[in-house]
Amino acid sequence: MPTTVVEELDRAAVGTGGRGPDRRDGGDGDGAPRRAKPPTPRSAYFTGLVLGLAAIFMFFIALASAFVVRKGLGDDWRSFELPGLLWVNTVVLLASSLVVERARRLLRAQPAAGFGAWWSTGSLLGIAFLAGQVAAWRQLAAQGIFLATNPASSFFYVFTAAHGVHVLGGLAALGYVAARGAAHQQSTGNLSADLTAGYWHFLGVLWVGLLLLLTFGR
Amino acid sequence: MPTKNRCAGSTTTAFILAFFLIVFTLVTVYLFVSKTWWFPETITPIGHEIDAQTRRTLWLTGIVFVLSQLGLAWVVWRYRNRGERAHYSHGNNTLEVLWTLATALAFIGLGVLAQFTWAKIHLAEPEPDAVVIEVLGEQFAWNFRYPGPDGKFGRTRTELINSGAGNPFGIDRSDPAAADDIIVPILNIPVNRPIELRLRSKDVIHSFFVRELRLKQDAVPGLEIPLRFVAERTGDFELVCTELCGMGHQRMRAPFSVKTAAEYEQWLRDELALLQSNP
Amino acid sequence: MSTPSHVAAHVHAPPQGFLRKYIFSTDHKVIGIQYYLLALVAVFVGLVLSLLMRWKLAWPNDPVPWFGDGPMLPEQYLALVTMHGTIMVFFVLTTAPQSGFGNYFLPIQIGAADMAFPVINMLSFWTTFVSFLVMVAAFFVAGGAPISGWTGYAPLSAVGEIAGPGLGLGQTLWIVSIAIFCAASLMGALNFIATTIDLRARGLSLMRMPLTVWAWFITAILALLAFGVLLAAGLLLLLDRVAGTSFFVPGGLVFTDKPVPHQGGSPLLWQHLFWFFGHPEVYIAILPSMGMASHLLSTFSRKPIFGYRAMVYAMGAIGFLGFCVWGHHMFASGMSPYSAMAFSVLTMSIGVPSAIKTFNWIGTLWGGQIRFTTAMLFAIGFVSLFVTGGLSGLFLAQPPVDQPLHDTYFVVAHFHLIMGVAAIFGIFGATYYWFPKMFGRFLNEGLGKLHFWITFAGVYLIFVPMHLMGFFGQPRRYAEGTAVQFLSAMQGPQQFITVAALVTGAAQLIFLFNFLWSLKWGRKAEAINPWRSTSLEWTIPSPPPHDNFGGRQPVVYHGPYEYSVPGAPEDFIPQDAPPRTAPATGD
Repeated sequence: MPTTVVEELDRAAVGTGGRGPDRRDGGDGDGAPRRAKPPTPRSAYFTGLVLGLAAIFMFFIALASAFVVRKGLGDDWRSFELPGLLWVNTVVLLASSLVVERARRLLRAQPAAGFGAWWSTGSLLGIAFLAGQVAAWRQLAAQGIFLATNPASSFFYVFTAAHGVHVLGGLAALGYVAARGAAHQQSTGNLSADLTAGYWHFLGVLWVGLLLLLTFGR
Repeated sequence: MPTKNRCAGSTTTAFILAFFLIVFTLVTVYLFVSKTWWFPETITPIGHEIDAQTRRTLWLTGIVFVLSQLGLAWVVWRYRNRGERAHYSHGNNTLEVLWTLATALAFIGLGVLAQFTWAKIHLAEPEPDAVVIEVLGEQFAWNFRYPGPDGKFGRTRTELINSGAGNPFGIDRSDPAAADDIIVPILNIPVNRPIELRLRSKDVIHSFFVRELRLKQDAVPGLEIPLRFVAERTGDFELVCTELCGMGHQRMRAPFSVKTAAEYEQWLRDELALLQSNP
Repeated sequence: MSTPSHVAAHVHAPPQGFLRKYIFSTDHKVIGIQYYLLALVAVFVGLVLSLLMRWKLAWPNDPVPWFGDGPMLPEQYLALVTMHGTIMVFFVLTTAPQSGFGNYFLPIQIGAADMAFPVINMLSFWTTFVSFLVMVAAFFVAGGAPISGWTGYAPLSAVGEIAGPGLGLGQTLWIVSIAIFCAASLMGALNFIATTIDLRARGLSLMRMPLTVWAWFITAILALLAFGVLLAAGLLLLLDRVAGTSFFVPGGLVFTDKPVPHQGGSPLLWQHLFWFFGHPEVYIAILPSMGMASHLLSTFSRKPIFGYRAMVYAMGAIGFLGFCVWGHHMFASGMSPYSAMAFSVLTMSIGVPSAIKTFNWIGTLWGGQIRFTTAMLFAIGFVSLFVTGGLSGLFLAQPPVDQPLHDTYFVVAHFHLIMGVAAIFGIFGATYYWFPKMFGRFLNEGLGKLHFWITFAGVYLIFVPMHLMGFFGQPRRYAEGTAVQFLSAMQGPQQFITVAALVTGAAQLIFLFNFLWSLKWGRKAEAINPWRSTSLEWTIPSPPPHDNFGGRQPVVYHGPYEYSVPGAPEDFIPQDAPPRTAPATGD
């Protein structure tokens, strides 16, 4: 979903640029003059972001309640030691969030000196997080703990994989913002940077929640 | 749209629609009052309570049904287009509050009342002297296990399950308690004695339903669910499966008999003799 | 009106060709029509499936068309059951009223030029389309379509072909299709909510929104919260099937003497997750039709909605309570009897807002001047069906009364009337009402009325007897009643219902013909506002221009249902009529 949100971003140059968005595709034809549609207001993007986060949250809530219910059943639940690497990954992800936030605030200055470096650093930390998650998987696999080994491991892999997929989406958005640069941001009211940062912070908080659930719900 | 043309058609359509609604309402009420197709008479005390609550619900819904449908028929006829201007009104708060309170009281009151019957079905203390029978659903048959004279169910093991060889429960006959366990494909119970069925399934979800009992309970793999009742009348009935369980769902049935104490004991003795002569 | 220079700044080079205009269009009107047409295809597929089932039930030992020379096999029947339910629930009842009409008319009724996120909107449609293809593909793979019903209860749906035909690849495709559909619905829901919150025209306060907009808005909120849960459940079910996990499959299962290697999972967990989605889904299907029926009842009785605010609050209450009652599908499942009590009382309380809506609909007609257009007939039919189908819910909401009726034809009759037929009546009414706006031509009223009368009588002839068959104890999802002795008495009613269904089904061809014929040859809708309605779509040409309001920014001065206002020159005041010609009314 984040990538599709990003696709929308260029269309949202609300009153900041001289050019209105190009929204004249499709329509009824009939040879009538085809007017461009007015751009989507900036507020709608943030509404959309919050709604998207709510949907993702519900998805994880469903998994979490399945976790709690499933754990309370049967006698086949075998807890296993979570790899310590996960805590390192957590620090990396939260650091990434902070760095991205710092970059986002740099956009307030004109010109935004250092935005590219900070933003890219944050993105690289995000990649490092994912790499760390994969490494944690490999550690578990080396111990013979796989997806289907036990309900406890099944949930561990499902949570980390589902979160990882959302992180991948976040990385795509981060990459997009980095590639377009500070000038593009400032000409579009920082829209894509603000949305991406919001989504990225959410993923950090979500991960901490999942890790606590996995740690204490084990 | 010229209004004049509409007026002429309005009367005919209003009449047909109102007439249709009235006829539909009367026919439906007749079908329910005459109980065109209905459950056979119940054989359990709890069945009578369920029927009583069903009757209360029929009365309440019946009244609301008739009033609403006939009310609809009335307004459709009375307020058809007559080329006048409609009455301008945004509603009436008093009425709104009134019918909200009335329906809340009626619906929730009925719902609360139902819970007493529900509690009797599922929350009653188990009777210590109940006849305990295990019911095992499988694709696509019902199996029943009686504990035999020792009153104890023997050990079962998943590896031993073999319906083809007549052991759907996976009974381990090496366990002394299992030696006299009777396995049959028909459910017989004694009249006027508390019964406790323990429902299980060995593959998918099945559901135990006997119309005369008015009871329905899923047999869920991995769970053992008790179902308790007393049958107060003897007779031969049918047990069917009411949870989609695969391609043979519609033929998953078993005979169900309520017998006098003497008949029941005799039947148990016969089955035991059969078991011992043919271990 | 925009200034010419403003327009010039926006207009770029002319059309971009067929593909961008009609296929991968981002215009909400095109997407709305695409959704509607997808639902139209799906509804006829689903209808044919149901008629084949009816044929088998009436004459269990006779050959069925397209099923060879012998009788239809039980597994074929169950595949039809599954696919009929799934296609109707997802690709018709979720697709047509919400994604179809909602897409087309929500932006226009709130005075916007498009949805907030047109690209997401387009993706949402095409994702739904792919989902439909995957679902239909299940018919054509080895083993055929799944036989586990639209509810896909585990373990039947979770252990693969060992449990029966169609439960191999067919079941996997079913889950994949549902998962794709979830993603599509989430995108759609997000768009609807953001659009309603952020894109309303000046003056269009929440309490001036047409009830259609309220219905789409609340439905979108339900969809946003519910589909993520189904997606999670589907993911876990898929893993149980393909990756050997044990979320829903308990240990020690033996299928025809072959053990399956799972342990400790919970079949009830699937039911909880499924119905946490599944019950709101019922309201996702019916709420838009409530909105559309309200709109039509007010318009064609020339009266303001009786108790507009009560209607809004009732829809909100239904939506909220809809998330608290999923357990009433599970009274016989072995769930805790205590939770059953809570679910039961909460479910009974949903009857209250539903009753409020019914009384308000009748109150709306009271004192009106009813115009019996085809659209209005379907709206009145909706009210009648909603009452009939809703009241039977009071039986099923009480656990003891539900005991004998659960999983019988009574349930089938109940949910078909309320979420199937009533919702479809809302869709039909809306189709006859909005067709001229969408396509610039009227549907034929004569054919429309014929369609209405046969359908209205037909659905009652089909479903009223089913209630009684439920009271007889006829279990649902039985391919035939030949093995169970007491069911021999039901053969007559089965045949009666099948005949009624065949006639009612055939009557839908009248609608299809009317739809296709009127697209090209229907009477032209020359007037902008042929029904003399108040909402904003009737202030713009038919069909509307690409940006809906032709560069104009509508301003709303009135509530949505200002009909027959004393002293007004006409018997309706358009929402955007400036207060100079009429006093501002309705908030």
